[in-house]
Amino acid sequence: MPITEFSGLIFLISGLAGFLGALTGLGGGVVVTPVLTLLFGVDIRYAIGATLVSVIATSSGAAAAYVREGFSNIRIGMFLEIATTAGALFGAWLNSRVPTSALAIIFGLVLLYSSYLTVRARHGTHTTQNADPLAVRLRMNSSYPSAGRRIEYVVQRVKAGFSLMFAAGTISGLLGIGSGALKVIAMDRAMHLPFKVSTTTSNFMIGVTAAASAGLYLFRGYIDPVLAMPVMTGVLAGSLLGARILVEAKIKALRLIFGLVVAFLAIEMIYGGMSGRI
Amino acid sequence: MANHRAAWTDERAEQVIGELLRVGVILSVVVILIGAVFYFLHHPAARANYRTFHSEPDDLRSIARIAAGAVKLRPREFIQFGLLLLLFTPVARVAFSVFAFAAERDRTYVIVTLIVLGILISSIVGHI
Repeated sequence: MPITEFSGLIFLISGLAGFLGALTGLGGGVVVTPVLTLLFGVDIRYAIGATLVSVIATSSGAAAAYVREGFSNIRIGMFLEIATTAGALFGAWLNSRVPTSALAIIFGLVLLYSSYLTVRARHGTHTTQNADPLAVRLRMNSSYPSAGRRIEYVVQRVKAGFSLMFAAGTISGLLGIGSGALKVIAMDRAMHLPFKVSTTTSNFMIGVTAAASAGLYLFRGYIDPVLAMPVMTGVLAGSLLGARILVEAKIKALRLIFGLVVAFLAIEMIYGGMSGRI
Repeated sequence: MANHRAAWTDERAEQVIGELLRVGVILSVVVILIGAVFYFLHHPAARANYRTFHSEPDDLRSIARIAAGAVKLRPREFIQFGLLLLLFTPVARVAFSVFAFAAERDRTYVIVTLIVLGILISSIVGHI
């Protein structure tokens, strides 16, 4: 395909992925890699490299807005980034040892899980007592703004959250995705953070996590500028647009449709890996 | 601004971090788009081919070479330089946080942030 047409098409598809990713909270990056490999026959390593770059862009772009609203908890984010960045380096190292067919299968499994999370409703948990002593020592307990006042919260099970974050970082470095879904689980389930805080803090962390493995990807030659350009600008434009028109009303049907699309891509990735096509 | 040190709070650090991230992303997108225009003007007949992986050339894999190529306005290096700016945006955010926690005299978090910065830098060191 001529490069101008190819770039234009990739830009539009990445834009759509970013848009739907922002609306459903799944993130756009996670569907771009399967689309590039399955529809456009792009080698999964180039696809992972280009997607990872777009993940840094969307995370930083969105965090720029969130962080000023005071929802994200910088201390929790920074502490957990020790685990996610270390995991990301390990994941990026693993990536070079694993055959591409295995990468495709693991990617498919993560996508399947993400689609399940997209369809299922999330419940933020929120505790105000019995904080983990470690959280007290690390000054993690805080408050967030809601309807003109500050709502206090405390943090539970810091060690469990930290371990889960290492796993999330490893998946991020291995597959070139933000693995925001896994990060949110660590903060929802283990640390019992309020919904708004876990979502925005996770998003805040994604850029730093992705930057840790992006260096290794660059030096290994996974990042092609001409491919990364439409992917990154497309996902970024789409997700900024999606964040702007976040209307709660019709989200449910959209989540279901998007979840099904992701599940379909997941099965195709697993099949592609098993049949040795990827 | 007489008491500069005391003025550093979490809220103010958050403002600066938000601004830093915004500027970093905008700057990199502008550089990437300029590079894209160069590329399409120079290679109008190029064809997309990413079917087989054969690592990128050396000129696109080291920071010094990417910068050297970008200065010569070579399109692919120019786009790659924009991507480098994006990659450095979160690193700059962490580096700034070291300073912000130090200004708040929060020693624990200065150490935490230095560890994160160390991990980030270790991924770049040896490949300059």
